[in-house]
Amino acid sequence: MSEQQTKVYRKNIHLTFPPEISGKPIVSDLVRRYDLTVNILKAQITPRKEGYLTLEISGVEDNCLKGIAYLREQDVTVTDVSQRISRDEESCMHCGMCTAICPTSALAMDLEKRLVVFDKERCTACGLCTRVCPVGAMNVEVENGGL
Amino acid sequence: MASFKVNKTIAEINERIRQGKAVVLNAEEMTEAVRRMGKEKAAREIDVVTTGTFSPMCSSGLLFNIGQQDPPTLKTAKVWMNDVPAYAGLAAVDSYLGATEPTEDDPLNKVYPGRFKYGGGHVIEDLVRGKAVHLRAEAYGTDCYPRKSLDKKITLSELPYAHLLNPRNCYQNYNAAVNLTSRIIYTYMGPLKPNLRNVNFATAGRISPLFNDPLFRTIGLGTRIFLGGGTGYVLGAGTQHVAAPKRTERGLPLSPAGTLMLKGDLKGMNPRYLRGLSFLGYGCSLAVGVGIPIPILNEEIAWFTGVDDSDIQMPVKDYGHDYPNCLPRVIQHVTYEDLKSGEVEIMGKKVETVPMTSYPLSLEVANTLKSWIEKGEFLLTEPVELLPSA
Ligand code: SF4
Ligand code: SF4
Repeated sequence: MSEQQTKVYRKNIHLTFPPEISGKPIVSDLVRRYDLTVNILKAQITPRKEGYLTLEISGVEDNCLKGIAYLREQDVTVTDVSQRISRDEESCMHCGMCTAICPTSALAMDLEKRLVVFDKERCTACGLCTRVCPVGAMNVEVENGGL
Repeated sequence: MASFKVNKTIAEINERIRQGKAVVLNAEEMTEAVRRMGKEKAAREIDVVTTGTFSPMCSSGLLFNIGQQDPPTLKTAKVWMNDVPAYAGLAAVDSYLGATEPTEDDPLNKVYPGRFKYGGGHVIEDLVRGKAVHLRAEAYGTDCYPRKSLDKKITLSELPYAHLLNPRNCYQNYNAAVNLTSRIIYTYMGPLKPNLRNVNFATAGRISPLFNDPLFRTIGLGTRIFLGGGTGYVLGAGTQHVAAPKRTERGLPLSPAGTLMLKGDLKGMNPRYLRGLSFLGYGCSLAVGVGIPIPILNEEIAWFTGVDDSDIQMPVKDYGHDYPNCLPRVIQHVTYEDLKSGEVEIMGKKVETVPMTSYPLSLEVANTLKSWIEKGEFLLTEPVELLPSA
C-alpha cells in the first residue's frame, strides 16, 4: 500500500438533514460501507424535524471522500466546518483569552511570535470562542432555526 | 541622595530629542542593551526607554461635556449614551461614563453566564471610531435651565470636551488567576476551568511600564505618556495604589502594587488602542493602550529598565474560593518568563497558561511612542510630584 492510502485522513464536517431523511441510519452507513471512524461533535434536531450534525470523520482519504459523496447522494447538505467559522482579523487583538476554552486547540498561542493562531482544520465550530472573545472577533454561522 | 556616575536631566534629554539625536530603545531592546554593555554604559548611551501595555483596564472612563445643544438651556440630571447610563451629578452638562457600565436593559447575569454585549467601554470605542452615538438626557428643569429632556445623535467632534479619565490603570504586577473549585467560573481574569486547568495572567512583562520604574524614580504627576493612541498625562497615584509592597531585590513588587491615574484628550486617540470589551459572566470593560517613556537619568534607572521576564514574580491566587471570600492566600509565585512558556507547574501540576494582555499590541505601543520621540514629536515632562513609593 502506498503511504497516501495508509495515512489517516481527518475532517470535520457539518451535515444538514432534510426532514424526510431524519430517520435513516446514514451515519452508521459511513462506518459500515466506508470503514470510517465517526466522532459526533454536536447533534441537533429542530422542531421542524431538520437535523444538524457536526462530525469528525477519519479513515483512508479515498473512503472519506466517497463517504461524503454518499451523504450528498442522500440529499444531506455537507459543509466543511472550517467554512462556518471565521475570525475577524482586523478585530482580533491577539490577547489569548480564547485559548483558555478552545477544546481542540484550533486557537492556540504561537509562543515565539505571541500571536494567536487560528487553525481552521482543527475547529469543530463548537462556538465557545464566540462567547468568550471579549471583542467578538470569532463568528460562527448559526443554522436556520437553530436558536 | 545617592550619587551616580552618570547624571542627565530631562531638559538635556529633551534638547537631544529636539535635535533628533536622542537614543531611544523600547524596553525589550533595553533589556538586551543593559545585559550587553552594563548599566553604566547603557545609561551614558541611551536617553529614553519606551514601555507599553495593552490590557483590559476596568477602572477607566470618559469625562465629557455635551455643551448647551439647543435652546432652552439644560442642566442634565440623567444622561445615557447608546443607552449606557453616565453619572450626571455634576454641574450643568458635565457627565462621567464608566467603562464597566452596561446598557440599562442588559440582562446581566440573569442568564448565566451573561454576555454583557455593550457598555461604557464600547461607547468610548465607538466615539473614537467617529460613530454617532445616541445621547439622551433628562432634567427636572429650573429657572436658569428650563429644558427637561434631550434626545439626539452626537459624534465625538460635536462634544465640546471629552477626556479619557482613568482612576486606576497600569497595575504594577497582578494576580495570576486559577480556579481550584470543581466548576468553571467566569471572572474579570477570563474563564477559569475547574480543578486548576488554566492560569490566566495580565501584564506585558518586561515591557510593561511600571516594571521598568518600580520605585517611581521618574514617573509622577505630570508625566506625559502615550494614552489610547494619543497623548495623555499621569495625574498621580491611581486608586488602590500600594506604596510599600514586599519587593524583590530588584525592587519589583511581589503583589499588585502601584497604579496610575491617567487623563488624555479622547479626540486625539485611535480606536486601535481603545477597545470596548465584553467579559462573559463578568461585565463590560475597556482595553487601553498605555506607553510611558522612562528617561535614563542615571545608571540606577538604566538598571531598573534592564528588567527581564525572569525577574518578574507573579502571585497565583484562587478565584474559585479564596478571592470571593477575601482570603489573602497566595498559592505560590510564578515568573512571567514561565507564564509566557505556555505551561507552568502549580501545586505540583502542569497548568496551561492563558494571557489576557496582548503582547504584540503592547510592543506596538512601545514602538509607536519610540518613533514619536525619535521624530521629535513627543517631549518628556518633568514630574511635578513623584508617586508614593517605599
Ligand atoms: S480572545 Fe478574541 S481577540 Fe483575543 S486572541 Fe482570541 S479571537 Fe483574538
Ligand atoms: S469554535 Fe472556537 S472554541 Fe470551538 S473549536 Fe472552533 S475555534 Fe475552538
